[in-house]
Amino acid sequence: MISVLAGAMRRIAMPLLGALIFLATWEVGVRLFQVRPILLPAPSLIAEDLIASPLWFAEQTAYTLGITLAGFGVATVFGVAFAILVVEWKILDRLLFPLFVALNSVPKVALAPLFLIWFGTGATPKIAIAFLIAVFAVVIDTALGLQSAHPDTIDLARTLRGSRLKVLLRIKLYCALPHLFAGLKVAMSLALVGAIVGEFVSSQRGLGHVILTAQGTFDTPRVFAAIVILAVLGVALIALIGVMERLALPWHHANARHAN
Amino acid sequence: MIEASDVIKRYGGVDGVTALQGISLDIAEGEFISLVGPSGCGKSTFLRCLAGLEVPTSGRLLLDGASIKGPPERLGMAFQRDALLEWFDVLENVLLPADFGGYGKKKYEARARELLRMVGLDAFTSAYPQALSGGMRQRVAICRSLLLEPRLLLMDEPFGALDALTRDQINVDLRRMWSRHRMTVVFVTHSITEAVFLSSRVVVFTPRPGRIAEDIAIDLPADRKLAMRESAEFGAYTSRIRGLFEQMGLIHD
Repeated sequence: MISVLAGAMRRIAMPLLGALIFLATWEVGVRLFQVRPILLPAPSLIAEDLIASPLWFAEQTAYTLGITLAGFGVATVFGVAFAILVVEWKILDRLLFPLFVALNSVPKVALAPLFLIWFGTGATPKIAIAFLIAVFAVVIDTALGLQSAHPDTIDLARTLRGSRLKVLLRIKLYCALPHLFAGLKVAMSLALVGAIVGEFVSSQRGLGHVILTAQGTFDTPRVFAAIVILAVLGVALIALIGVMERLALPWHHANARHAN
Repeated sequence: MIEASDVIKRYGGVDGVTALQGISLDIAEGEFISLVGPSGCGKSTFLRCLAGLEVPTSGRLLLDGASIKGPPERLGMAFQRDALLEWFDVLENVLLPADFGGYGKKKYEARARELLRMVGLDAFTSAYPQALSGGMRQRVAICRSLLLEPRLLLMDEPFGALDALTRDQINVDLRRMWSRHRMTVVFVTHSITEAVFLSSRVVVFTPRPGRIAEDIAIDLPADRKLAMRESAEFGAYTSRIRGLFEQMGLIHD
């Protein structure tokens, strides 16, 4: 029990120590060489800006977080559904998949202005961009996972005369879960990128808007403050999916522990 | 129950591989038949044809007088790899045939528990497969294949990956289950001893392309104990089969 706790402490302590060394070097370097704050503000200056108006920052963060989660959610639902259709019906695979790959190779950022024309300046175009950037990872990983069932397992299902729906629900979807979660982690970080891009193009709110307006007034500490929040948000969201993965795949988690 | 006449199976086109070269074999209801032969002799292919997982290239393969098209009803199958579903616990795995067949899991739960009790796994009903040893996993797989009281049980080298001790025990378990239920079993194995111990008939295959070298009825007492393997009669059967392998140039002394 104590060794488990100590292990957990060490797992958290080491990355924290790394971050601390990084921040200290930054602070000392900036002071030592007297770098102007407009170029590179010291961490203390960034922290001051954050502490000065925490509620305002929280509001902007909540807006960006909302866009990200909405885009991610739609990408997950649509991505999993699309992957199932494509894997289950070969005709749809040949009909739609090349088109999907072609659409994906268009730089999504280039579509942002188009979305403004279509959806106006509210949350919708930003969610659409977040969705578009994130969905590819979900589709590719889910499709891969659905096809990863062992041939013996498929043979077993055939000898048991199971319906296609049963095979999908009892076997293929479970095989897909570990791959799906890997895809969701990538999709989450990409959805955050999409949200910021959307806010860059047109927004009155959100962290993307904060970065853009602060840059306009050469308020570099504020730009950094927003970037710091984005970094923390990214790490937290990925960690959240990690927790969900462990809860959803108890057999897989136990397996990893066994291997250690 | 099963009639095979001149069953041929080829893979690939003109210069493909011939896996089975004219297999003719009749299997009566309630027999325990072992197919032995070298690796790649097509015995597993024949089993897969019986299971309806493969279609013979030519020849007739009948089950109860009708040609086999797809997996038949009341079929149990055990695989080399146990093919347990890692995401379901032991009980759910054993109940899988009831679930897939649409017979209702509730109705079969008592039977599943009874089967698990017979192989000494009643304490593990809610464990995940990866917590079990190889022998325990294979026992779960056998319980699964027996759940629906199959008329025909097909086993494809199910015990190949087990250690010798576990294998002996599981052989005894399987033999006992067969004496009780008397389903028809077709059992593919590499082990001559295992084949003679379990079977009422042993069919020896030649190397690829697979043909039947000999069909040997095993006339040993029905109540088989492991110690019986040291008896002279038992030894006579095993050395006869080993002799066939020597004639085919598969083993050298």
